[in-house]
Parts: sequence; structure tokens; C-alpha cells
Amino acid sequence: MATTAYPAPAQESGYSGESGIWAWLTTVDHKRIGILYLYTALFFFMFGGLEAIVIRAQLGGPNQRLVSPEFYNQLFTMHGTTMIFLAIMPLSAAFFNFLIPLQIGARDVAFPRLNAFSYWVYLFGGIFITVPIFFAVAPDGGWFGYAPLTSKQYSTGINIDFWVIGLQILGVSSLAAAFNFITTIINLRAPGMTLMRMPMFTWMAFIVQVLLVLAFPVITIALVFLLFDRFFGTNFYNTVSAGADPLLWQHLFWIFGHPEVYILILPAFGLVSEVLPTYSKKPLFGYPVMVYSGILIAVLGFGVWAHHMFAVGMGPIADTFFGLSTMLIAIPTGVKIFNWIATMAQGAIRYTTAMLFGIALVGLFTIGGISGIMHSSPPADLQQTDTYFIVAHFHYVLFGGSIMGIFAGIYHYFPKITGRTMDERLGLIHFWLTFIAMNLTFFPMHFAGMQGMPRRIYTYDAGQGWDIYNMMSSAGAMIFPVAMLIFIYNFFKSRKSGAVAGANPWGAGTLEWSIPSPPPEYNFAKIPTVTSRYPLWEGKAADMESARANSVAGKTAADLGIILPYSTIKPLIVAAGMVIMFCGLITSQMLIYIGAAIMVGALYAWLLSPLEPEHH
Amino acid sequence: MTAAAGHHYTSTGLDNRKIAIWAFIGSECMLFVSLISTYLIYKGRSVVGPYPHQPWTDPATGKVFHPILDIPVTSASTFVLLMSSLFMVLALAAVQNKNLPKHTRGDRILGSSKLWLWATAIAGATFLGFQAYEFTSFVHEGLTIKTNLFGSTFFTLTGFHGAHVTAGVLWLVTLLAIDYRRGLGPRDAINVDLAALYWHFVDVIWIVIFTLIYLIQ
Repeated sequence: MATTAYPAPAQESGYSGESGIWAWLTTVDHKRIGILYLYTALFFFMFGGLEAIVIRAQLGGPNQRLVSPEFYNQLFTMHGTTMIFLAIMPLSAAFFNFLIPLQIGARDVAFPRLNAFSYWVYLFGGIFITVPIFFAVAPDGGWFGYAPLTSKQYSTGINIDFWVIGLQILGVSSLAAAFNFITTIINLRAPGMTLMRMPMFTWMAFIVQVLLVLAFPVITIALVFLLFDRFFGTNFYNTVSAGADPLLWQHLFWIFGHPEVYILILPAFGLVSEVLPTYSKKPLFGYPVMVYSGILIAVLGFGVWAHHMFAVGMGPIADTFFGLSTMLIAIPTGVKIFNWIATMAQGAIRYTTAMLFGIALVGLFTIGGISGIMHSSPPADLQQTDTYFIVAHFHYVLFGGSIMGIFAGIYHYFPKITGRTMDERLGLIHFWLTFIAMNLTFFPMHFAGMQGMPRRIYTYDAGQGWDIYNMMSSAGAMIFPVAMLIFIYNFFKSRKSGAVAGANPWGAGTLEWSIPSPPPEYNFAKIPTVTSRYPLWEGKAADMESARANSVAGKTAADLGIILPYSTIKPLIVAAGMVIMFCGLITSQMLIYIGAAIMVGALYAWLLSPLEPEHH
Repeated sequence: MTAAAGHHYTSTGLDNRKIAIWAFIGSECMLFVSLISTYLIYKGRSVVGPYPHQPWTDPATGKVFHPILDIPVTSASTFVLLMSSLFMVLALAAVQNKNLPKHTRGDRILGSSKLWLWATAIAGATFLGFQAYEFTSFVHEGLTIKTNLFGSTFFTLTGFHGAHVTAGVLWLVTLLAIDYRRGLGPRDAINVDLAALYWHFVDVIWIVIFTLIYLIQ
């Protein structure tokens, strides 16, 4: 099967020859960190899926008592929290890490050690927030943690403390990564890689980092207030008679929470904007408009937060403003949908698994987008809010949108990451099972919601017209694990014995496909010169010359005289120290001091040690 | 050679760290915007005193509380913090111009990075001393973080600012330690520049806080 045009796909050829656990613990290579993100996030994705399956088993029929109401609250809270913060965001981060430097022609991110730090903080934070569910003390206030419900007086247990502290930890990871990627994209583009030549994925990634930088501090402060309320008895959210505003949390949370929605979807939009052109053999339709509509979505995304709060009675003026601004967002989003369709129109389409997942995003996200427009109207929203109609809506945009886009990205980039392609036959089975399961699970929720079934109830009585829809949803949910098992089997089997991919198995046009698969540790033997948006398609002389220079596999960094950063364990220790410090908040004060000492000590050691060998 | 040249190439010609610190400052802006907005939303909504600008009589005990903010004292600490920004500018200039010849005593004073780093750090520490005094005296007068909405928002907002000043002082002390160990020169200017940007940012935020909390009644 192995073609002779490319050197043998030795797994190690991309990984500097170093292997073993220590090499992974100390790595500062953006590609390895991306792979760590990918594996960890896929694990949490399956864990969050498992929680969903228990939820659906419990709701499969009326009046079931598979789990207690208390545990049910923990399940839906952790399902949402896990999928958003531990699965979709880090899956996007896996692609940010792996792809951004490759797409802009850089040897690494701007701050390789900070990049490792972001990953370790994410891993430790993910463990911190996940472990409590095994002891039935997991957070139970919903992924949005509405105060005052989550205040000490209504949530007396330790559950919410895990959530508050866990999200703070994860916020540090996201912010550190965002500073890193912003700098990388602004400053490490190869000569000629102007902003308007950047691949669309990198553009969307850049917009997402800006959203992260501006949105995460708001939730940080909202969580600090909640933490102070719970630990020190302040009164930010608690007592209305003492003047506290019960809507303060909702405002702060959704000022973060709505941009967060775009943080979840824009990376998938970016991936699909790479996938659709490749398998249609056509450049992305309306590239500049795609960039501007992405920016517009981000800007408008900060002006729509209160559409999550129509039911609280903000008055007609606020309702009108937020209703209108929400409808406005449909315009740039619609532009994207139409541009993808125009990209495919009259293209020489190849229906690979990646392409099918990409097309599925276009269709399924549109369904979710249309139901979104429905509840942008306050009177309509009052009927739909807090019902399963909303659950159907956001699963169409997050599963039908984000997850479908991420799967498209995984199938598309798997050969770049591993040097081998995934099995297409198993891929097609995975796609169709996922597609059927997704629609069978989430489409009936529209009807259950329209019939008045509220969200977050652990069971319901028979005879309210909900039974059949719940049964369908639960049946659909049971298909997901089958699809995932096929995917996992395919993933590991193909990684070991898939068809050898070569540098550019799909005939794609962007820079990352000009280098060997898997890429050598230094990415580009020679920093490329870029003269077009699709250097490998347009075939300009300078682009072709760069591509030729970079397609040679088998040379080491030492052969080429390329200086690479030292591997180091320090970012991991700083991350561990920080998480120990946060653990101290709910265990003993002693731990706070120990964690802080480890963190500060390792941080100084990190900052005072050189990144890489001296240049001569 | 080409590899080394490629390594130093940046698209904007700016140092990576310079771009990152601006992104960081953008993020910090949103952090303080959230804190300050909450303060303003809750302004005047405390049900019990002590209040920042009005006297209050406790109906239970009949005890009279004066307006709790001491504007002259905080004006002094504000002045000290503003001066620290000037010292910071001089410290950066001294590091950048370390290798220029120094003819007069004035040149030597202006060119002493240690002097100006010390001055900045001491001014920052003095500001923190004022804040510690202010916090303790408020607690003695009966205002804690739990007392009312003013207490919660005031201590959280100014406490966060104080924590930022503390981090800045530690950063300056670290630079001083390096200066004593091996001397800071033009090639370290970027590091001092980053600290200076952070320091000025913390200073500007204080001007906003001082105006909104202390000056506007």
C-alpha cells in the first residue's frame, strides 16, 4: 500500500526521536502539545457523553428512578461544564496548537513554555472539576451556576466550590493560551503571509483568542464575587433585602457566556472553511467577507447577552434592544452559510468523511441557527425559554455545529498529525451513525419543548405528550457510544496501520500541506515566502520554491542548524503548584502556602532559565 | 545563518513579549471594568452604613458614623503612586541609555537604573502602606467586607488593585535583584519596558478608581 513517493512514515520522524513519558511531560513543541490536548479533550468528550447517556437513560420513560434527583442535578451540570470547558474548547485548542504555526509558516508558537503551561493547567483543572462526581459531590447548579441559587444559603455543600474554583483554574489556561496565540498570529507570520492571506482557520482562531481575552476576565470577576460570598460572607448576590441585585450574576455571566458561544463555534467554522474548499477543489468563496463576518459576529456577540434573560423582566426597551441585536447576528452568520454553499457549488466534490462532516455542519448548524432566530423574539422566547426547545436549539449549534466541525477537522488533519489517513469505510459508518443519532436525539426535543417539557427536571409524569419524544431522544442517545467506539477503533487502528498519507493526501492548498506528515520538529526547514492565499494551488514560483525546500523529510534540526527550545518540566510544576494552591481553598490553609511556594519558585526558575541555546 | 535569521524574524518587527503584554493589558481592562461596573451598580444601594460620603446613625445603638472615606489621606497616596510612574519612566530611560557617557552629576543621577527602580518600588510599597492603613482604620470604624454592599464592592475593587500593585512591586524588586547581580543594560530594556507598561496600567486604573470612588460623591 505504501507509495514510494514519500519516505516511510516512521512515527518518530515528526517527533525529534525522543519518546517516552518524560519527553511528553517536558515537551514545549506545539505539535505535541496539540496532540496532548486532542487526547485529553477526546477523553473528556467521552466522559461528558457518558453523563449524557445516564441522563437520557433516566429520561427514557416517565417516573423512572435510575438516579436520584440530587445526582441528576450533578449529571446535567457536569455534562454541560465538561462539554463546554473540557471537551469543545480544548478540542479547538488542539487544532489551534497543531495548526496555527503550520498555517502561518512558523516554527512554533511565540511562547512555547507558556503553551505547555496552558495544557497542564487545563489537565489539572479538568481533573479537579471532574473527580467530585465519583463521590457524588459534583457541582449541581447548572453550567451557568446562577447566583443566588449557588450562594452558600441555597447550596450549602462543597459541590459549588469545586465548580467556582475549577472554572477559575480553567480560565487561567484559556487566557494564557489566548495571549500566546494572539502574539503568534500577529508576530510570527512568514514573510508575505499578510493578514488577508491567512488561512480561514487561523483567522477564526485569532478572533476566538480576542473573544477569550475580553470575555474571560468578566467570568473571573463574577466567580470571585461568588467565591467571596461563599467563603467570606460578602453580599454580592445573596440577600435582596440588603440591597443585592439578583440579576447581577446573570448579567456578568452572560456578558461572558454569549461570547463564549462564539468561542465554541468559530473554530469549527474555521475548520470547515478549510475542509469544504479542499474537497470541492475551489478556493473559499468570498474570503474577505468571511473574515469580516467573523469579526462582526465577534463584535455583535458582546451586545446580545441579555437575550438569555428575557424571562427575568428587564422591560420593553432592553428586550427590544437585545432582540434586535440578536437578530442582527443572523446576518453575518447567514453570510457564512451561503459562502460555504457557494464554495461547494459547481465544485468537483469528493465525499470523504471529512467533507460529509463539513456538509453536515452547514446543514445542522443552520437548523440550530433558525431556532435561534425564533427565540431572539422576546414574546416567542417566553414560550420557549427553560424548555427542551432550547436544549434542542443549542445541541444543534454545539453538536451539529462545533462537534461536527471538529470531527471534520480530525478526519481532515489526521494524516498531517500521524502520517497516515483514517479508514474511510469506518469513517463513513461513524459519520452516518453520528448523523442519525444526533438528529434522532435532538430533533424530538423541539417537540417536547413545544409541548412544555421544562429543562433540568429529573423525571416527569406520563400522559403529558412527552413520552414518545423522550423515548426517541433516549434511543438516539444510545447510538452515540456505538459511533464513538467505531471512531476510537478507527483512530488507533489507522494511527498504527492506516494508508501512508504523504505530505498532501487531499490535494489541499494551504501551507501546512507543503511539509512532511507528520511534520518535522522544526516544521519548516526554510521559513517559506508566501505570495498567495492557496500557495499550493496557485503555483506561483516563490511559493513552489518554498514548498519544494520544505517537502524534504528526514533531516533533523541539527542537520539544518535550526535552534529549538529546550524541553522543560517547569511549566508543569508551575501549573501543579497553582492547582495545589486552589485545592487549598477547600481543604487546608497549609496547602495554599505550599502550592503558592511551589508555583512562585518554579515560575522564577522558569523565567530565569533560557528558552533555547544561545545563538552564535 | 538563515535559520538564525528566520528565528529572529517577526512580522511586525516588535518583540513578541511586547505584543503579549498589550493583549494581557486588554484582558486586565475587562477585569477592572467588571469590578468598577459592579461598584457603580451597587453605589448608593447599601441598606446600612457606614457610607462612603454621608454620615450614618445606627438606629440600633444610636452610634454616629462619619463619612468613611478620608479623601486627603488617599489623595496623598494617589500622589505617591502617580510619582512612581514618573520614576518608572526614568528607570526605563536609565536602562536604555546605560552605555551613554555620563559627564555631570545630573547625568549620573538620571542614569542610575538602581536609583529609579528603588524609587518606583518604594513609592509602590508606600501606596500599599497607605492602603493597609486605610483598610485597618475602616475595619476599626466598623466597615468590613461583610458590612454592606459598599464594603463588599469597595474592598474587592481596591483589594484587587492593591494585589496588582503588589505584583508590580515584586516585579520591580526582581529587576533590581538582576541589576545588582549583573547590571541591567540596553539589551534588558525590553524587560524593564514590560514592567513599565504594566506599572503605568495599574497607575491609570487607580486614577479611574480614585475619581469614581473618592472624588465623585
